[in-house]
Amino acid sequence: MLIELGHFALILAFALAFAQAGVGFAFWKRGGAAAAFVQQSAILQFVLVGASFAALTQAFIVSDFSVKLVYEHSHSIQPMLYKITSVWGNHEGSMLLFVLILVLFGAAVAAFSRNLPDDLRTLVLSMQGVMVAAFSAFVLFTSNPFWRFDPAPIDGTELNPVLQDIGLALHPPLLYLGYVGFSVCFSFATAALISGRIDAAWARWVRPWTLASWAFLTLGIAMGSYWAYYELGWGGWWFWDPVENASFMPWLAGTALLHSAIVMEKRNALKVWTIFLAIITFSLSLLGTFLVRSGVLTSVHSFASDPTRGTVILAMLAALIGGAFTLFALRASALRSGGLFAPISREGALILNNLFLSAATAGVLVGTLYPLVLEALTGARITVGAPFFDLTFGALMVPLLLLIPFGPFLAWKRGDLAAVTQRLMGAIIATVLVTIIVFTLLGFPVSLAPLGLGLGFWVMLGAIAELFDKAAFRRAGFRRGLARLKGLPRTVWSTAIAHFGVGVTVLGVVFATAFQTEIVTSMRQGESAEIAGYTVHYDGEQMLEGPNYIAERGTFRIIAPWGTTSRLTSERRVYAVSRMPTTEAGINTYGLSQMYVQFGERFGADGRVVRLWHKPYVLLIWLGAIIMAGAGFLSLTDRRMRIGAPQAARRKRPEAAQ
Amino acid sequence: MAMTRKQKRLAVISGMGLVLALAAALIFTALRDQIVFFYSPSEIAEKAVQPGTPIRMGGLVLEGSWKQEGEVNSFIVHDGQTRMTANYTGILPDLFREGQGVVTEGSLQLDGTFLATNVLARHDENYMPREVADTLREQGVWQGEEE
Repeated sequence: MLIELGHFALILAFALAFAQAGVGFAFWKRGGAAAAFVQQSAILQFVLVGASFAALTQAFIVSDFSVKLVYEHSHSIQPMLYKITSVWGNHEGSMLLFVLILVLFGAAVAAFSRNLPDDLRTLVLSMQGVMVAAFSAFVLFTSNPFWRFDPAPIDGTELNPVLQDIGLALHPPLLYLGYVGFSVCFSFATAALISGRIDAAWARWVRPWTLASWAFLTLGIAMGSYWAYYELGWGGWWFWDPVENASFMPWLAGTALLHSAIVMEKRNALKVWTIFLAIITFSLSLLGTFLVRSGVLTSVHSFASDPTRGTVILAMLAALIGGAFTLFALRASALRSGGLFAPISREGALILNNLFLSAATAGVLVGTLYPLVLEALTGARITVGAPFFDLTFGALMVPLLLLIPFGPFLAWKRGDLAAVTQRLMGAIIATVLVTIIVFTLLGFPVSLAPLGLGLGFWVMLGAIAELFDKAAFRRAGFRRGLARLKGLPRTVWSTAIAHFGVGVTVLGVVFATAFQTEIVTSMRQGESAEIAGYTVHYDGEQMLEGPNYIAERGTFRIIAPWGTTSRLTSERRVYAVSRMPTTEAGINTYGLSQMYVQFGERFGADGRVVRLWHKPYVLLIWLGAIIMAGAGFLSLTDRRMRIGAPQAARRKRPEAAQ
Repeated sequence: MAMTRKQKRLAVISGMGLVLALAAALIFTALRDQIVFFYSPSEIAEKAVQPGTPIRMGGLVLEGSWKQEGEVNSFIVHDGQTRMTANYTGILPDLFREGQGVVTEGSLQLDGTFLATNVLARHDENYMPREVADTLREQGVWQGEEE
């Protein structure tokens, strides 16, 4: 009964969204009742889709196998957490989650944008209404999760064991919060084009949504990367796989948007470009959804994809993006840019940032779609793998990373590069020293790795230098400097912290790529192997029974170079229902480094094939991402960020921020 | 240092042009040199793939062909017409099975065998790599459901 109510609630939400879009677009100039209806409708949709999602979740919790989706993706002996995550561990449920987050953002806009002009808010919500209508129709007509069986089967067929992990509880919701959050930016962009209201205020209203989506997407990608790293069992954290690229492209474009919106907010320039980026970022999110859901590209992360439904998403994508770009082509020429500036200036630096990020996005896009195009044209089947992306993306990131520390130092309108270099001298000297030390410690190897590390240190030290410079320790003395440091606006802090996070991730990437060691060996019980100064001792295996699987568990003792001993277990499981085998890698963490053990096939009477990795400082990769996301959330708490915060607040910024 | 408006604009635009040209050049070079072709064992024979070129090879693992000695594996990949022996040192993916589809990454050796540096994993019991499915369909040995 609840399932039918849930189904009905979704149909109501669809109809309401349809009405919201219709009323909104027809009467957006009038305000009054139409504006109020659109606002209330957006909030009501969230209640309806929330109820619908709750009904489906309830069916999974009580294992109601008369519901087809529950039968196909759950089982009564699955632990409760995985019963719940099964809701979105499949195509239909994950699309319902997509709609849920879409209406969540719609309701958030309706609730938190009371200070927005009526016409702009109505247009934004109408555009959200179009998307809710499109995606809930997609769920209802092509991917309905509410169908039932009669008679009901006795038990279900289990969630894919690879997905039975805490990662599924976190990764898809975070990723969708990011992807779908950009729909608000998209709606703001189309609303601006329709109403012709594109100014610094517009940029200030959009920025919190961009920031929040970007921070969630950062966390979502990092979580997905760490999950793939420990679950897939091949020790990799990024494969340049189409599905990964699909989430990375909106991130790159979103990062560019975040920076260009600053120029628009502060200097009333780059308007056309910012609008374009807002449209492109969400378009790339939709493209990502299409790539993941359709299975048109071979991916290691594809689950339950379905080509026929992919075509429908492609059509929706074409309509939404095509519509937005038509609007853009018609109206963009009417926008006038203000604010002249010299090439060397804060504006110039942010443009350069945008250039490199867009070029990198284009590179990733070409690499991701080229196999499709080439196969359609010539029939040749190719893979564009890591070498392509390392070359193009890597080469584009080097100048960008080199330039990051300069950006925040440059003045608006006209900057002085020589003076900035002088103020960065401390960071430059420190970076050179650290790089020389690294080279010396490694014995002057002929490789790019120490330079990569230097680059990471440079970005980190540059961020610290920015804070110190803004606090003016040299001029004001230590005490007053400290007070000024505390008084810096949170947006200044968050810029420095986010850039610091980029440096941390770069360090992690270089360390884990260039300095990891790996061996594959066969070990008998009692034998040991040496790797990177660690001794790995194989103590044997035992059978054990989990809640819904049986496992062969290998136990290892690891003696660290400094003498401490710790235990590590690694398993091969077979899940009871699907009979599917999985490997659970054993991972021990030493500070920021990890020892990673994959337990392989049996060998002889008591031997096992074992693959060992030592991953130095690998945790920095994800730590950096968490720092970046944290900086995004910190920036959101700045009072100047509050939506509709009065202009006057801007003038009160401390002089230290000059 | 006083630049006119025109000079400023020129500087900005030429700077942008330079970055974009660099990016385009990078992408095209990389697309020429860094892509990996996918072949079935028959195509490897037809197209006379040079030993040492990194390629992907896919097909079905021949029943009874998988030999294992510790971490050293060898198995035969076929597409209904041609067979190719593949050698791989390491741990095979959990869902590696005789009689099922497989995609390997590596290169042809001078002795005509295939040295795999990577055997790609699948996540799903029912999942057949798309390239393998296409190849098998062309060779007429496809046994799965029609799409």
